Amino acid sequence: MQKFTTVTGIAVPLRRSNVDTDQIIPAVHLKRVTRTGFEDALFAAWRLDPDFVINKKEYQGGRVLIAGADFGIGSSREHAVWALRDYGFDVVLSPRFGDIFRGNSGKQGLLAGQISESDAETLWNLIESDPGVELTVDLVSKTVRVGDLSVNFEIDDYTRWRLLEGLDDIGLTMRDEARINEFEATRESWLPRTLPALSPESLSMR
Amino acid sequence: MTNVISTSHVSSDTHLRTLAEKVWDKHLVSKGEDGTPDLIYIDLHLLHEVTSPQAFDGLRLANRMLRRPDLTIATEDHNTPTLAIDKPIVDPTSRTQIETLRRNCAEYGVRLHSLGDIEQGIVHVVGPQLGLTQPGITVVCGDSHTSTHGAFGAMALGIGTSEVEHVMATQTLPLNPFKTMAITVNGALRTGVTAKDIILAVIARIGTGGGAGYVLEYRGEAIRALSMEGRMTVCNMSIEAGARAGMVAPDQTTYDYLKGRAHAPRGADWDAAVAYWQTLATDEGASYDAEVIIDANGLEPFVTWGTNPSQGVSLSGSVPNPADIIDANERSAAERALEYMDLTAGTPMKEIRVDTVFLGSCTNSRVEDLRAAAEIIKGRTKAEGLRMMVVPGSARVRIEAEAEGLDKIFLDFGAEWRFAGCSMCLGMNPDQLEPGERCASTSNRNFEGRQGKGGRTHLVSPLVAAATAIRGTLSSPWDLVQDGDR
Ligand code: SF4
Repeated sequence: MQKFTTVTGIAVPLRRSNVDTDQIIPAVHLKRVTRTGFEDALFAAWRLDPDFVINKKEYQGGRVLIAGADFGIGSSREHAVWALRDYGFDVVLSPRFGDIFRGNSGKQGLLAGQISESDAETLWNLIESDPGVELTVDLVSKTVRVGDLSVNFEIDDYTRWRLLEGLDDIGLTMRDEARINEFEATRESWLPRTLPALSPESLSMR
Repeated sequence: MTNVISTSHVSSDTHLRTLAEKVWDKHLVSKGEDGTPDLIYIDLHLLHEVTSPQAFDGLRLANRMLRRPDLTIATEDHNTPTLAIDKPIVDPTSRTQIETLRRNCAEYGVRLHSLGDIEQGIVHVVGPQLGLTQPGITVVCGDSHTSTHGAFGAMALGIGTSEVEHVMATQTLPLNPFKTMAITVNGALRTGVTAKDIILAVIARIGTGGGAGYVLEYRGEAIRALSMEGRMTVCNMSIEAGARAGMVAPDQTTYDYLKGRAHAPRGADWDAAVAYWQTLATDEGASYDAEVIIDANGLEPFVTWGTNPSQGVSLSGSVPNPADIIDANERSAAERALEYMDLTAGTPMKEIRVDTVFLGSCTNSRVEDLRAAAEIIKGRTKAEGLRMMVVPGSARVRIEAEAEGLDKIFLDFGAEWRFAGCSMCLGMNPDQLEPGERCASTSNRNFEGRQGKGGRTHLVSPLVAAATAIRGTLSSPWDLVQDGDR
């Protein structure tokens, strides 16, 4: 994963709350077995409308999405994050995120920053009055800056550290492998196991 | 949310623990410091075809092994057809996804229940039916409705694909601690009111974000009185309130359900397991970070009118007027929803005519759900022009239902009797709504286009689904009594 410090780019105002992951990427686009190539699937249903904000000329090449509250609720599909990344977004700002979406974001280098409702409104108004304006998202100082305006965003310290360092989660955990081994040695023997496979007779026990 | 009572951690005795905290503590591999998450051991990892291919790929790329195939199990559900399952899957991308799962499972030694296998079905139906889902364990799956397994007193979390890969490689997950919320449902449900109505009412009360950061613990008389199937229905939709997980403390109902299942402990192991399970209930006097109280006595059959699961009302109510909603965001969401749903404020819910009834999904596709619906439609006739689709949650459910003759009841009624899978719950396979088609669905999500592009979904219980299929408009069994037919 690449290290993330600041991003400067065009901001796209998405004045909608409760944008669930089915809207970010509808299920019909989940059939691929790769991790890339989802850019066209992003907001696929809404993009049919030529007036949808992503379709507007001034917002082409947007890197920062500013959405309403409860962005990324619903299905756990990580494809939602891949689609946002593939499209070119590095940052999503919202007053509140779906938990799973927020977790997925951090793992794919997408910054999900929490801003207040009033700051979201301020940023929307500002962008809409000057479409195509670039803003800077600074993960070091946890601020969003545009012109003279600067607002803060929140992100948990651990995700922030990992983004700043560009660290892979699995590698981090495997540093602790001795403790995992230790833990496994204490697990009760009656805990469920999927293997060895059961015979057909035992499966029909009920 | 004004309806949630926030309680501060007043309990001075830190030894008093809630159910969720006990399970968490038991699985702590290492405690996080300075804002780093805890490392939690995972007892059971469920896989399906949609969220696993990229994770297997990641393993392969990094040259990593799958650490514990013996704690991992896979099934095919999201993409599978519900007709002609013996034929090759027509849609090439769906077929590739299924074939990829089969190849990956073979390569990494994961047990897979493929289409045609008796244990194939929706991943959240399969885990419990095999007896793999047990009290006090940690369960994860790359699917948000993993919360279903919390009905057994397990800590069950929906995760994303990167986390799937993480669990494959390490059998652990770095997780931040959560807050606890008690959802206490007092009193008793009236006949005709079900677990589904409880959870729809809870979500309408606390909202789609109301549970964010929390593990919900459902408690109270009405929860105790529910069967395991009912508890699964409730826990299933915890995620629709934004919660990390939902849980119910195990009790005799749980043990009775598990006893004798294929993977349940036996003999002395059973006794040891029960002894542990009995320690799991929240300690008397332990405190929660928040509490919500619901009166089951007053609950009625509940349905949604909008495009998120919190937009619901009692079936006897009407479509709300957005102008009455104070919160500006919620108001505009309601306006959008009414437009999408093609509904007018003030219309009585019972006057809404539906085209399709879908009985299925991990929320309501267990044999008990099918039985409840069948009991209502038995000997009655389906509303003219209406389509009803019944999709059992697993191949085993289908076989059990057939042994009881439920398939005949559905077929005589004019419903379609399908093979197991997610089906129209998310419309990845050919089971989809047409644009503008209106559906009463026992599933869990009424998002725009969820069941097919332009499709309109009303979330309902199996009883409401059945009554609606008879009357053609959103109805409950109470309306059938009023119709005087029987
Ligand atoms: S039935 Fe629906 S909600 Fe459940 S796992 Fe399948 S797609 Fe997800």
